[in-house]
Amino acid sequence: MAAAIRGTSVCRLRPGWRLQWEEAQQRHVLLYPEGMVQLNDTAGAILGELDGQRDVEAVIGLLEARYPEAPAGAIGQDVHDFLVEAAQQGWIQHD
Amino acid sequence: MTDRSDTAAINAHSGAPLWLLAELTYRCPLQCAYCSNPLDFAGVREELSTEEWLDLLAQAREMGAVQLGFSGGEPLVRQDLEQLVAEARRLGFYTNLITSAQGLDEARIAALRDAGLDHIQISLQASDPDVAAAVAGSPKAHARKLAMARAVKAAGYPMVLNVVLHRHNIDQLDAIIALCDELGADAVELANCQLYGWAHLNRAGLLPSREQLEAAEATTVRWRERLAEKGRAMDLLFVVPDYYNDRPKACMGGWGSIFMTVAPDGAVLPCHSARLLPMTFPSVRDRPLREIWYDSEAFNRYRGDAWMQEPCRSCDERHRDVGGCRCQAYLLTGDPAATDPVCSLSPDHHLIEAARREAEGGVGTVGELIPRNVHESRVFCRS
Repeated sequence: MAAAIRGTSVCRLRPGWRLQWEEAQQRHVLLYPEGMVQLNDTAGAILGELDGQRDVEAVIGLLEARYPEAPAGAIGQDVHDFLVEAAQQGWIQHD
Repeated sequence: MTDRSDTAAINAHSGAPLWLLAELTYRCPLQCAYCSNPLDFAGVREELSTEEWLDLLAQAREMGAVQLGFSGGEPLVRQDLEQLVAEARRLGFYTNLITSAQGLDEARIAALRDAGLDHIQISLQASDPDVAAAVAGSPKAHARKLAMARAVKAAGYPMVLNVVLHRHNIDQLDAIIALCDELGADAVELANCQLYGWAHLNRAGLLPSREQLEAAEATTVRWRERLAEKGRAMDLLFVVPDYYNDRPKACMGGWGSIFMTVAPDGAVLPCHSARLLPMTFPSVRDRPLREIWYDSEAFNRYRGDAWMQEPCRSCDERHRDVGGCRCQAYLLTGDPAATDPVCSLSPDHHLIEAARREAEGGVGTVGELIPRNVHESRVFCRS
């Protein structure tokens, strides 16, 4: 079984998958062999910060700085919940 | 409910074509008897030039297309493939090469990688070399496929293997999946052959019996469990032959909804089989792609639900399955606007039941299938 995602985990997109902003659709999409996931704003923002170097805490920090009006702790919870879901869906990998 | 709002519901995204299948050529070194190319492919000579393809890719991308499949025929026959891939990638397409692996070698894999190709899908005909050779009409193709599958994986690509299933290989599914596992596939499409084009011509020799199909589904379920147990991420996608369903598939997500194919000569189609329909499709040589997609009579003919006949017209499920497949309706009933006979509510459903009964009997051999080649194709070419 895959390890749990922690604050020190580094997440990255599955190899060969690509995150991209689609002007025609006005949203981020996740592209993979012969398929596409259409992402909402939150998912797009989180995946956009996964560079294969930053750990989850760093990603949360960046997003908290970008959205200072968000309630304390809310972004951290959103990021964690989303990454768990994304890992289950096989969109991302983590150590 | 108005027709216009129905069309909007089916084209719920932006109405743009998200998927472009670029059939670069009808030329192919193999002769698979289930090929989806038109029977009269030999009559198509004037392939689009490199410049025409480059222009078309830019047009499609500007319209919102983002998934791009390079297919054929065998796309590797085109020596400008790397150039087309590079431009497609630069434009922002996710680029898929859908290939038999004939014409592929390590050098070309590296060149495609440099061009930015995102994914290579290789087709396998069987696990057994003899069956593979008989289906593809080539004794050497199978070994090349296996070698290239390993090379593709070694080059770091995500690899999808596609196996077209039919009555002559479906009983070997266990060995086929084992082979795909050994080759390191990330995903396997176990696609029961769709009965269009050459496959429709060969239907009696291809459609598996219900017993064969059920055994294959059970094998797939067993393998999914086995793969999960050993923590191996290899997705198995099993596509049932719709002849064994009681409701039709929502073909292509709806006519002219998200998908378009451009044929080797520039004809623009709502799917790769549509050329068999008794209608004329516009060409990118004559009109801009945007105009073809949004305004042409051909692309609007089966959009929405105003074209539907009974029993579809008053059916609650008509937006779920969009009446099924126009090609199948035409091939089986002669009327492209008829309800897909796969539907148990169709007055023509007995045609499907007859095909199922036929599949319970006849045993025919692989050698009796009509191969897809230029010689056989000329029989179907109109002057």
